[in-house]
Amino acid sequence: MGAIPVEHGLILAGILFSLGLIGVLTRRNIVFVLMSLEVMLNACGLAFIVAGSRWEQADGQIMFLLILTLAAAEVAVGLSLIIQMYRRFQTVDINVLSELKG
Amino acid sequence: MMLLFYLAAAVAVIATIGVIVQTNIVHALIYLILSLLAVAVIFYVLGAPLAAMLEAIVYAGAIMVLFLFVIMMLNLGQSTRQQERAWLAGRGWIVPALLAAVLLGQLLYVLSGVEGMSAAEQVGVMAVGTRLFGPYVLAVELASILLLAGLITAYHLARKPKAGDE
Repeated sequence: MGAIPVEHGLILAGILFSLGLIGVLTRRNIVFVLMSLEVMLNACGLAFIVAGSRWEQADGQIMFLLILTLAAAEVAVGLSLIIQMYRRFQTVDINVLSELKG
Repeated sequence: MMLLFYLAAAVAVIATIGVIVQTNIVHALIYLILSLLAVAVIFYVLGAPLAAMLEAIVYAGAIMVLFLFVIMMLNLGQSTRQQERAWLAGRGWIVPALLAAVLLGQLLYVLSGVEGMSAAEQVGVMAVGTRLFGPYVLAVELASILLLAGLITAYHLARKPKAGDE
């Protein structure tokens, strides 16, 4: 039993981040976009935890806590924006919003 | 513990791919919860028990329930009854159930009390707490202000417009 190499943790974080980015870029349903953003934030948190575990310091977990707070606030605001959007346009398709005029 | 890490990593990646390729929004949400739980397992293996617990409670619990409520509010599927029937009959739940079974197996393995619970040195709750409220207390205050702002914004944006507005 050895320690998990730090590269593997960072590679995993990179893979998860890339998957989230692909989701953000390809999906057109705004709820999916928000979910992919969650995946990306989570991957960032994973990178911090991996680094904190490598140096055996608590700072990585503290950064993760702050990211967690950020994610919670972001989701609350994002979801309320989705509710507003659905109320006004009756859709969750983000392409509709690109046709807005001033 | 190495095996636990790589299994959980595989579950996380598969579940995340599930999130971005699913067309059904509730299925995607289930995959996302699985992905977050798998990452929580990874946190535990990496020696961050507090982060693992918070990941399971706040991310997979609170934030995902928020998503679920909004999806229910939007009521995207008009023929929800038919959809429900199709879900029960369909095979959509097999892959999430398998992935969740892998995570359950890992949980039981950890709870069975094997020697060397964690591959890495554990950074416990106390170490995190003392640093959090020592040098990082300003960051905590800023986070609380951020949460307050988020709360006010969410309330303001999501409330029904009154007749006199706009």
